[in-house]
Amino acid sequence: MTGPKSDADVNTTDGARNRRVTGIGRVLIAVYGLLALAATGRSFVQIAESFADAPLSYSLSALAAVIYIVATVALVRSGRGWYRVAWVTIGFELLGVLVIGTLSLVEPDLFQHKTVWSVFGRGYGFVPLVLPLLGMWWLARRAPGRA
Amino acid sequence: MIEWFAWAQIVVAVLAGLLCTGLGLFGRRPTDLSMGATALVELLLLAQLVVAIAAPFTGNNPSGSVLEFYTYLISAILLPVGAATWALIERSRWSTVILGGACLAVAVMLYRMLQIWTVQGL
Repeated sequence: MTGPKSDADVNTTDGARNRRVTGIGRVLIAVYGLLALAATGRSFVQIAESFADAPLSYSLSALAAVIYIVATVALVRSGRGWYRVAWVTIGFELLGVLVIGTLSLVEPDLFQHKTVWSVFGRGYGFVPLVLPLLGMWWLARRAPGRA
Repeated sequence: MIEWFAWAQIVVAVLAGLLCTGLGLFGRRPTDLSMGATALVELLLLAQLVVAIAAPFTGNNPSGSVLEFYTYLISAILLPVGAATWALIERSRWSTVILGGACLAVAVMLYRMLQIWTVQGL
């Protein structure tokens, strides 16, 4: 595997094809994919092993997992429709982490079992709190039709 | 899980992760070095799968949830494959960073797996 090591020229050609999957945005999408995998794995284990213990928390975990998967797909796909889906899912994530994060502190009885969003995503190094903000910043910069 | 093997694996995954992340941030596209490091992490994960299946037959049983353990292990096995596929499709510096990110995530997951095997449920 030889060839030029710098990729300054690669991004421009990729950018023409899909303006949301360029540069550092790839890392953001990869982190979204990772969080989607983590949320799906956790919710699979929770529901398979002990759904009856905490139906509310575990249903929320499953919902969060689906949202992260849809957001990941929406970030990868191009076009206005997917751009809107990306905004909606990422907005929902921010809302989810803020509401559930606050509720888990104010009313701990409601969420005795962990979800991705408990205590603002502390169990995941606060990534669930930071990621929607990064995602929104990225989407705002990459609006379709913007020069 | 064999404890020393798990720790050796975590060290390899962290080193591979730092190496790939560093190479990527310095602007290197995926090379034999970064892909090889990721492949080594993957190979060790497959070895871990064999160990995990074989260990209970030698009396080395997980203390915690078997389902949770295997969910982590299967997810971890998929990560380097996904990142490497990405690196083959998009040969850019960010793909190298993603290889590193996948290796670091594997290291964290291995640590969780070790916890599940050794201390969870005790």
